[in-house]
Amino acid sequence: MMRPKLDILSGELVNQIIAEGFALLMDPGVRVHNEEALTLLADAGAKVDMETQIAYIPESIVRKALETRPSEFYLYNLDGEPAVHYGGDSVQFDPGSAAITILDSETQEQRLPLTDDFVKFVKLVETIPQLDAQSTAMICADVPEEIGDLYRLYLALNYMRKPIITGAFRKDTWWTMKDMLVAMVGSEEALAVKPIAVFDVCPSPPLLWSDLTCQNMIDCARYGIPSQLVSMPLAGATAPVTLAGAVVQHTAECLSGVTICQLAQEGAPIVWGGSPATFDMREGTTPMGAVGTWMIDCAYTQVGKALGMPTHAYLGMSDAKIVDAQCGLESSGGALLAALAGVNMVSGAGMMDFESCQSYEKLVIDAEIIGMAKRLIAGIEARDEPIALTLMRKLGHRADYLAQMHTLKWFDKELYIPSAVIDRGSLDGWRRKGAKTAWERAQDRVNELLATYEPSPIPSELRAELRDIATKAAQRFGMAELPALPQD
Amino acid sequence: MSSDLLTQITTSIVEGEPDGTVDLTRQALEAGLEPLTIINQGLVPGMNIVGDKFQSGEYFLPHLIIAASGMQQAMELLEPELQARQEVLERAGTLVIGSVAGDIHEIGKSLVGTMMSASGFQVYDLGVDVQTATFVAKVEETGANLLGLSALLTTTMTVQREVIEALEEAGIRDQVKVIIGGAPVNQEWADTIGADGYAEDAVGAIELAKQLVG
Repeated sequence: MMRPKLDILSGELVNQIIAEGFALLMDPGVRVHNEEALTLLADAGAKVDMETQIAYIPESIVRKALETRPSEFYLYNLDGEPAVHYGGDSVQFDPGSAAITILDSETQEQRLPLTDDFVKFVKLVETIPQLDAQSTAMICADVPEEIGDLYRLYLALNYMRKPIITGAFRKDTWWTMKDMLVAMVGSEEALAVKPIAVFDVCPSPPLLWSDLTCQNMIDCARYGIPSQLVSMPLAGATAPVTLAGAVVQHTAECLSGVTICQLAQEGAPIVWGGSPATFDMREGTTPMGAVGTWMIDCAYTQVGKALGMPTHAYLGMSDAKIVDAQCGLESSGGALLAALAGVNMVSGAGMMDFESCQSYEKLVIDAEIIGMAKRLIAGIEARDEPIALTLMRKLGHRADYLAQMHTLKWFDKELYIPSAVIDRGSLDGWRRKGAKTAWERAQDRVNELLATYEPSPIPSELRAELRDIATKAAQRFGMAELPALPQD
Repeated sequence: MSSDLLTQITTSIVEGEPDGTVDLTRQALEAGLEPLTIINQGLVPGMNIVGDKFQSGEYFLPHLIIAASGMQQAMELLEPELQARQEVLERAGTLVIGSVAGDIHEIGKSLVGTMMSASGFQVYDLGVDVQTATFVAKVEETGANLLGLSALLTTTMTVQREVIEALEEAGIRDQVKVIIGGAPVNQEWADTIGADGYAEDAVGAIELAKQLVG
């Protein structure tokens, strides 16, 4: 079967982008604000200026890293089953990460998320069949900022079964997060063999590895925990305005990341990913719903695949401030292209207002987009041999297909059947059900799904251990007791 | 053993296995089960489950139609047996149905006809592009208490009104409830032309029919 696939770049352009990416690593080199990484690079033979903290990385070192990194790996769910495949053209979706606001279901206004909001969100993600993984999707405002990263992981671990996309905001909190993940699976070895989480690590454009993100990446590598590069060239502001130029910068940043990761630990899993954007030349903003943004994502994905890397992208988001027509059209454009490009993990569901706001209602609408995107790339198959001759000759000119076993056998494989979020009734039927807007139908769907959530099976001793680990971290930052978990 | 067979008949309807339904019905007759028992304790419970599953969203149109087709095929075996015993299956009503003159759309009215048949109605499906006089004649001939008129076009929905007027002229408007359906049709139109009812879909049509003549 031929699977629909988008190759947005010519082979020639891919090669040139990769060649220019390698060349940038030598001139002007990469800024690495982390001494351990600089030492690793110097020991491997790169020219390193410890004063300016710039590394000049020859292609040979990078090529070696590209040989030792895994071309594929799995994330596991809490039942120990492989749930997400990073590699090949597998396409999976998770919610956008680290929103700083939640769109209130009653007022449709953005407000700061609290513990209860994120717990509700994690439960909702568990019940949405189209979503393959959780993410630490929002930052709760009812705990000190310094533990914002680990606290959302703590909450998610109490309610999830699916694997999770996460990330640390500090060097020290990474260790707390690692300890919680180890507690979940029993040992450091078990976590390396069957990872349940991947950490986003974000270089800063152009060509900078901050101390924090670099250390997170090195620490992940040492423990065999997958990390996910989130390179974010901003075309026209922190990167060349040409889409190809932005991809060159992305390539250089990711190549340097893969290199540092493999120098820290050969064979450590790492993902070629990003969250680039074009720059809005009127507003000075970073539109995630811009076609140029989607094109950069598809292009760097193709480059990553050419280098044999597992891939990730931030797509399927909107810059709209409410769940409106713009919100739907932007989210579907990005998600469909991500699927066609074969991005292994597409992060972004539920996310709006650039990357700052999460919405339960948008999440269930996005789930329908994702369902359609997954159906699209499943492609068109013959299904029967001959395809239709036998059936059509049997029926002749009778329009009696609805009553055929052939229809019963294939309809739910051939058709993507959406939830009631998508209205396909008649005008009268729609009126009879209350003439509800997509927003209102999404509200209904959220409540319907939440009612089906089944509590996580983890034992109470493990819950206590997680709380103990997270509380100790909170106490370092002046919070004696974490907020109570919601009762139910 | 015999209750096993009835359960299996119910299951075959629910699982969408019309061939199985026919085989099991034959076996049930051979085992000496009464036709009415097979219908009321085997087939009808199956159709009820299928209807419930459709309304709850678990089942889709193909499930409905194939279950109904299993039921119909089983009924073809059972009807001669009923006659031989001089037993009469209590019908929920008699429906004449078709797409009105000038309208060649088939699926909607066939769906309603099949479902009504599986729900215990005697159904006469006249097909598509049915002349107004043909509807009137068939209602007279069969003594039907229900007439279903389908129109999928804004240009043919006016013919639904003509059929109702023709029933009045023939003096049989009082003996038959007229139900209408089709994409451009709604309750407002039903009220405008003096139809007795309108339903959104096939399952709705069954409920409507049972209300009107049940």
